[in-house]
Amino acid sequence: MIEVQNLTKYFKDFRAVNNISMTIRKGEILGLLGPNGAGKTTTLRMLTGYFRPNSGTIKIKGFQMPKDAIRIKSLIGYLPESAPLYHNMLVYDYLEYVAKIKGIEDKEKRYDRFLQLSDICGLSAIMDKPIANLSKGLKQRVGIAHAMMTDPEILILDEPTSGLDPNQIVEIRDIIKTIGKEKTIIFSTHILSEAEATCDRIAIIHNGKMVADDTTANLKLGAEQNSLIKLSLRGALKEDAASLLKSIHSSLDIKIVDPVEKDLISFEVTYSNEGSKNHDFRSDIYLKIKETDWIIIQLIKESQTLEKIFRELTREDA
Amino acid sequence: MKQIKTIAIKEFKDYFISPIAYIVISLFLIVTGWFFFSTFFIFGRADLRDFFSLLPIIFSFIIPAITMRLFSEEKNVGSYETILTMPVSFTDIALGKFFAATLFTASMLLPTLAYPIFISFIGEVDPGPVIGGYIGAIFLAAAYCSLGLFASALTRNQIIAFIIGCSLCFTLTILDKLLFFMPSKIISAIEYIGANSHFTNISRGIIDSRDILYFVSVIFIFIFSTYIVMHEKN
Repeated sequence: MIEVQNLTKYFKDFRAVNNISMTIRKGEILGLLGPNGAGKTTTLRMLTGYFRPNSGTIKIKGFQMPKDAIRIKSLIGYLPESAPLYHNMLVYDYLEYVAKIKGIEDKEKRYDRFLQLSDICGLSAIMDKPIANLSKGLKQRVGIAHAMMTDPEILILDEPTSGLDPNQIVEIRDIIKTIGKEKTIIFSTHILSEAEATCDRIAIIHNGKMVADDTTANLKLGAEQNSLIKLSLRGALKEDAASLLKSIHSSLDIKIVDPVEKDLISFEVTYSNEGSKNHDFRSDIYLKIKETDWIIIQLIKESQTLEKIFRELTREDA
Repeated sequence: MKQIKTIAIKEFKDYFISPIAYIVISLFLIVTGWFFFSTFFIFGRADLRDFFSLLPIIFSFIIPAITMRLFSEEKNVGSYETILTMPVSFTDIALGKFFAATLFTASMLLPTLAYPIFISFIGEVDPGPVIGGYIGAIFLAAAYCSLGLFASALTRNQIIAFIIGCSLCFTLTILDKLLFFMPSKIISAIEYIGANSHFTNISRGIIDSRDILYFVSVIFIFIFSTYIVMHEKN
């Protein structure tokens, strides 16, 4: 669907995007992550034809940028960062203007589409309000309606949830998930949990370079070298419990930590995934402790968070 | 073509949504009205010659004020990104904005039609120069609008766009008054570049294809320059 090769963009001497290549298949939701100023917005602006790359090629559905720019632009629905709209227009007038420019000539069709969009984006109460008077979240919704006007095959959303309140974030995320079932969506964000919850695939950009591009699950798996199990017991003695755990397997590294509640003892058990061949030690621990009269209050395998991966990949010295 | 129309209508409406239209139109009518009628009864001639001779200089200040927001405002607010990522060509955007500004100046001239009507009550008005004058005024306004459009595409600051627009329009207006300082070899060329002589010809009621061609060329050159600026800046 979208093929990007060796994309590079300079602003004067500053290299904002450095040799990025990626392919996005039909129906995929791709999350573009990166710290502030990493080049996310610049990359998206090149995909939508707002910026011209200094070198590299962009091919979308077989059309080449910038030769077929207008064809490509009509395939893409784009929500720019912070949804810049015409402030002196009413929401309805604005949508009508957008629909006309995007080539929905028929009045009936336009009206039907507005009804659908106001359903999806929750615009019915604000259709007659001037855009200047809308809150940030409402503007964002109008922007999404703008992007979805012609029911495009590709949606590119630049930080669609930035500056929204938690309820609105959930709403927008739901919208993305619903339309993402049929459409190809690229969106940028720096909220990691959001990317984790909505994306099929995640690409991480740092200093203009692509540092990771994989499915969410693979990304986590690849970065995981050690597993960590948190265990809390009631009615056990520290030394007894520690030696019992040690007897399960010699590779386990057992650390006694501050108890999570007053009358408990808590352990952190770490082991390398490679040495144990991804064996899950939780069952062994459970079976061993079942033989005693201690009570298991907590037994959790902590998985590597995306946050940690993100931090590792985008450290300044990396 | 339809998109040019859509953009032009939207931009034209924008003038009347904000107070700009009313302020600019009132200012224009007050200035022209006062300058025209302050000498009208002294000369006692039933024609609009003085009115039309005032237009180039008034237009070179009023029209940049009309056109300064066309691109600058969009760049400043960020909606420039919105419009550029919609399926429209640069040419459509530039032409749409140009027609909106020209249409606006035409509607600004509309109330001044009261002058010939009023004068026709007190004396015999020769319709030729009046009709020619208005045709010339539209051409002149369109040419200045293209200059202003170009100035606006250069910057995101409306004040800078206004000043650049003013200086471009003013230069074209006064160029034929500066001939005195020019070497004799290039006088005729400079005179041709200035807008005044062409406008004066048309407003005398002589509609010559060379004068029309001059205005069309100015419009073409500056809309094309606007296109180049848009292209280079992205």
